[in-house]
Amino acid sequence: MKQKTLLAAVGAALTVAAVAPAQAGETMDAIKARGEIRCGVSDGLPGFSYTDEKGVVRGIDADFCRALAAAVFGDANKVKFTPLTAKERFTALQSGEIDVLSRNTTWTMSRDTGMGMVFPAAVVYYDGQGFLVNKKLGVKSAKELDGATVCIQAGTTTELNLADYFRANKMKYTPITYDKSDESAKGLEAGRCDVLTSDQSQLYAQRIKMANPDQYVVLPEVISKEPLGPVVRPGDHEWFSTVRWTHYAMLIAEELGVTAKNVDEMKQSSNPEVRRLLGVDADFGKAIGLPRDWAYQVIKQVGNYGESFERNVGKGSPLKIERGLNALWTQGGLQYAPPIR
Amino acid sequence: MKPSRSAFLSWIYDPKIRGIIAQVVTLVVLGLLVGWLAHNAVTNLAARGIASGFDFLNDPAGFGILQTLIPYTESDTYARVFVIGLLNTLLVSALGIVAATILGFIMGVARLSKNALVSALATVYIETFRNIPPLLQIFFWYFAVLQAMPSPRQSLGWFDAVFLNIRGLYLPRPIPTEAVTAFVVAVVLAFALWWVIARWAKRRQDETGQPFPVFWTGLGLVVLLPYLASLVFGSPFTWELPQLRGFNFVGGWVMIPELVALWVALSIYTSAFIAEIVRAGILAVPHGQTEAAMALGLTPQQRLRLVILPQAMRVIIPPLTSQYLNLTKNSSLAAAIGYPDLVGLFAGTVLNQTGQAIETIAMAMAVYLTISIMISLFMNWYNKRMALVER
Ligand SMILES: N[C@@H](CCC(=O)N[C@@H](CS)C(=O)NCC(=O)O)C(=O)O
Repeated sequence: MKQKTLLAAVGAALTVAAVAPAQAGETMDAIKARGEIRCGVSDGLPGFSYTDEKGVVRGIDADFCRALAAAVFGDANKVKFTPLTAKERFTALQSGEIDVLSRNTTWTMSRDTGMGMVFPAAVVYYDGQGFLVNKKLGVKSAKELDGATVCIQAGTTTELNLADYFRANKMKYTPITYDKSDESAKGLEAGRCDVLTSDQSQLYAQRIKMANPDQYVVLPEVISKEPLGPVVRPGDHEWFSTVRWTHYAMLIAEELGVTAKNVDEMKQSSNPEVRRLLGVDADFGKAIGLPRDWAYQVIKQVGNYGESFERNVGKGSPLKIERGLNALWTQGGLQYAPPIR
Repeated sequence: MKPSRSAFLSWIYDPKIRGIIAQVVTLVVLGLLVGWLAHNAVTNLAARGIASGFDFLNDPAGFGILQTLIPYTESDTYARVFVIGLLNTLLVSALGIVAATILGFIMGVARLSKNALVSALATVYIETFRNIPPLLQIFFWYFAVLQAMPSPRQSLGWFDAVFLNIRGLYLPRPIPTEAVTAFVVAVVLAFALWWVIARWAKRRQDETGQPFPVFWTGLGLVVLLPYLASLVFGSPFTWELPQLRGFNFVGGWVMIPELVALWVALSIYTSAFIAEIVRAGILAVPHGQTEAAMALGLTPQQRLRLVILPQAMRVIIPPLTSQYLNLTKNSSLAAAIGYPDLVGLFAGTVLNQTGQAIETIAMAMAVYLTISIMISLFMNWYNKRMALVER
């Protein structure tokens, strides 16, 4: 793993040192020429992206990659998944090893500005950092964690939030920083640490990976804002907009009640918003080099946002996470898409 | 013959001068290449909106670190994180080199033992550990051994001072008192005396053939003098004992399991290679030497220590150096189990938090290069010294 990070980083260094600067449309052109999207995902996080028994990569992040392939090629399977640890992910994107990073990555200002990456303002999952503890410790609140040993994953916002939180509350802690979530989970199970901290959604995902999930509880405190979403390299406006509007199309579809099942009937709908979304009356894809039916293909093959959510992390999944912040704005949540017009 | 012209141009045919010219040209070309790459990198980084330069080293790091040999808080800079990673790498490498050398020499000699059981055991040890990838061994020592340790509340304890649990080995921490100066002086004095006695004993033995138990005398001095000093001037240290408070032990000095696992794994893995080197070195000493030593009436231990090993060392040292280098480089596998070494901490976490891949990787590479060159230089020097002993 280590070697892989190093290689990726050295690779990034060399590409950056030897290659000419990015051209507009560069990424999109390369994707079309290649015939598939190279998508960076996590290397094993149930609900977000993980490989199931049949070898299929599943999860809300993986499905977002499929939605992009559906939009560009009309075929959701034209994706090559690259599993990345938290530490490897940004170098992989910067160096051009992947076209898009869809790996529960928090949108922060420094990542969005000085690192050769941009977030297309598509928040696939609104999250916040939480704590997972062994019930045996009898801890009811994060405020009781003074002196605790904490397992975290290297190269995450989690590391920074944790330090802030303990400092703000005048508490001490010992961090154990692993490269992979599997190791953090093992660390907690073995008792190397008292607490595991991560984005809350990921705590539920970590918990179902454990031998004895009922032994662990998620504490009530949420200590940060973690808007998770895809990231791309700057400089290619077509690709940037494709990523952004694919997410919005999925949101708008949910808002309008368009689902994978009824999308064909919906083409006959008289609702002008639905007709615009599905490219019946006008062609909104053209401006960014997408086929006229891009949004139709996304919904037909992957489903709307709500469908993807429920299937991967919600009621239809072992995680059973409530919509909460991720409900549509019309239902009291934060998911809100600008209109297609 | 046109003497004037050939004299003018003759330097072209001088191999020495040609050599120098070739070197200078190579150097200039290399310099230009590096300059071009650096310039390109800076322009391209700017074009891609990636910050460049080393200014980030002054920014606060903002994350916690498991093991820091110098004081550290989250508001300290990335530059300090670099030093912490470096020290952690040096610590585990130094510990590993010492342990691997001792284990390796024991196993190498054992493999040549006339006792079939001892030699078979050594062979099994060497073949097993040499052929399992170091990363697996690290995982084994970490997860297998870790799992077997008790939780902090069920710690194994000795004399209320030493505790062992899954969080590490807790030892009392010495806190110097005023008497510490006398103590240090006594220690230094003891070693100085040891050295003087060793020289005297050697000369006497050269002259009269009378041996003198230098080692035991020296050891006695090193124990006795500081003990006397603390009797006279009072105890040089008070001891801070580890105590269970809340989740964990606080106070004392803790050796974390990540360090232990890495240390044990690297030492055992490398010792298997060193053992083979030692064996080869000993076999390289002609059998006649052993026979001659026997004829002089030396005991088996003396034969090994005074005749065989000193000659074998000349064969052993060069490949031993590369094993030390390997161990140091393998220590970068630390990140797999969360030991905060230079690569995991700096070329990993810091790279990721700042996004400045080129700078962080370049700094890490420079460190490994420097460590490697320093170990090489030291071993070359040592090798020369050993080689001179030859008559
Ligand atoms: N959202 C945070 C944390 C993301 C993160 O990497 N979380 C870990 C903690 S569970 C994870 O997803 N690990 C999965 C893996 O290593 O494959 C960030 O962007 O820095």
